[in-house]
Amino acid sequence: MANNIPNRQAMCEALIELAQEDRDIMVLASDSRGSAAMAPFVKQFPEQFVETGIAEQNIVGIAAGLAHSGKKPFVTSPACFLSMRSIEQVKVDVAYSATNVKLVGISGGVSYGALGMSHHSLQDIAVTRAIPGLTIILPADRHETRKMTQALAKHEGGTYVRIGRNPVEDVYESDDYDFQIGKAVVMKQGSDVTLIGTGETVRIALDAAKLLEEAGIGARVLNMHTIKPLDEEAIIAAARETKAIVTLEEHSIFGGLGAAVAEVISTNHPVPLRILGIPDEPAIAGKTAEIFAHYGLTAANVLQLATELVKAKAEQK
Amino acid sequence: MSTVTELKLKSLQIRADLLRLIHSAKMGHTGGSLSNTDILTTLYYEIMKHDPSRPKWAERDRFIASKGHSVESLWCILADLGYFPKEELATYCQFGTRLIGHPNNKVPGIEMNTGALGHGLAISVGMALAAKKDSKAYRVFCLMGDGEQAEGSVWEAAMAGAHYKLDHLIGFVDRNRLQISGNTEDVMGIDPLDRKWEAFGWHVKQVNGHDFDELLETLRAVPEQTGKPTLIILNTTKGKGVSFAENQPEWHHHVPNDEQLRLAIGELEAASAAIAEAEEERGMNG
Repeated sequence: MANNIPNRQAMCEALIELAQEDRDIMVLASDSRGSAAMAPFVKQFPEQFVETGIAEQNIVGIAAGLAHSGKKPFVTSPACFLSMRSIEQVKVDVAYSATNVKLVGISGGVSYGALGMSHHSLQDIAVTRAIPGLTIILPADRHETRKMTQALAKHEGGTYVRIGRNPVEDVYESDDYDFQIGKAVVMKQGSDVTLIGTGETVRIALDAAKLLEEAGIGARVLNMHTIKPLDEEAIIAAARETKAIVTLEEHSIFGGLGAAVAEVISTNHPVPLRILGIPDEPAIAGKTAEIFAHYGLTAANVLQLATELVKAKAEQK
Repeated sequence: MSTVTELKLKSLQIRADLLRLIHSAKMGHTGGSLSNTDILTTLYYEIMKHDPSRPKWAERDRFIASKGHSVESLWCILADLGYFPKEELATYCQFGTRLIGHPNNKVPGIEMNTGALGHGLAISVGMALAAKKDSKAYRVFCLMGDGEQAEGSVWEAAMAGAHYKLDHLIGFVDRNRLQISGNTEDVMGIDPLDRKWEAFGWHVKQVNGHDFDELLETLRAVPEQTGKPTLIILNTTKGKGVSFAENQPEWHHHVPNDEQLRLAIGELEAASAAIAEAEEERGMNG
């Protein structure tokens, strides 16, 4: 469904609703209240907002101190800087000290496509995934962003969230569905192949599944909104029942969703797997859609890959 | 006995304890732990509002050891105060222990895990900010090293502390002038440290970090200026109290052998005896 509300705006709206009930909810920004779409929150709850200026190490440390004192800080800062510049603070002050800090990487992936590698965050999943105890979530659309924000307000523990800059087409019709941290959502049933997406690539998986259906192939689509803790059960079931998997992510092919899925199936139920993401190179500059097309993150390419996998599977029999 | 005399004796006892701790574990940061023993003793036995039977008491003053490697004095003080059983000190740096070589918040009395330098002040800013927002009266004390001043994140937090006018935030720099590779001014010059902090909007004080009269007078008066965080430069001696370790860079993490331990404990005991004697004399004369 067409939509013009970016996920960051959906998050701000959800936080405003939550902050009315819970005065401990705080938003922090690193000169990024505008890009995080948090200006309405700042206007309504100036006392629950902290500006740190352009200082990503500081923003995480301050958030940890606030959380230690019972606050529920949501740090909103560009994903590329928040996930890398301050990663030691994330490791020590958030994960190791077990403080309840929500790190929200905004304009993640290639949202800042034309600005180049310094502004792309294509390593954030790999980096945060290696830190013990951190929860990692990439919501797929505005409805999921809202559900996730509500869930995070109740969830105790350090979390890294990544959301994109631009509006994304809805994958849910409304927020009337079951969202649980750590539990994948089966968006479509199918038994020939499984497509696993996360964040904004779930839309591509759904579009590809539609094309596959027209070609007579039944694709299961999983929305793996939580990368950690990973829903291993859903992945193993997909491997067992569909015997072929394609993963899609707006991330380096190293250490992201595909790698995480590979770890699970290789030790539990090995099946052919194709990992679609950004290869090991500074990503090309351009609009998100152009970059996705360049690297084959398109429904048409997934259709081709999945068809090949299904064909190879039939020949093996 | 005066407070100052009590603190002097206590810090000599803590020094002996931490030397035994490092000697038995065969590891530790001897020099820095000896240089910050006096400020920690002053804070924990006289200045800070805290209660070992209620480590999470909401109104307590907070202490963050940003220079987390000098943790041995802290372990000995927390054990002495009853935050955890004294016998547990024997597990220091042993396999699976809670009492590791850096502050660990699984131990009662430790607020946050530190050890990576340049983190503590930002955390302290967050704590002080929360206190301000909740109109709580607790103070936040943050101890940094002088070598640590080279970390850029210290200055990010310094800026924020002044920006938010956190007058119940008190930072310390343990200015013993030595870091692992030698003199701080040779490794990476940080002087003029007072002017740097003043320029960042802090109220700056310089004290002899081993003079309890001065420490008490200064700490009882903070904050002297409203709307400004305070930075106290503690002019200290690395390895303080052990003649052969004083001002020796290699004692940053040198471990005393049996003979050195015996000599060091002897010096500390002699210092205690001298204080007791002077006290007795004073009593007789008074």
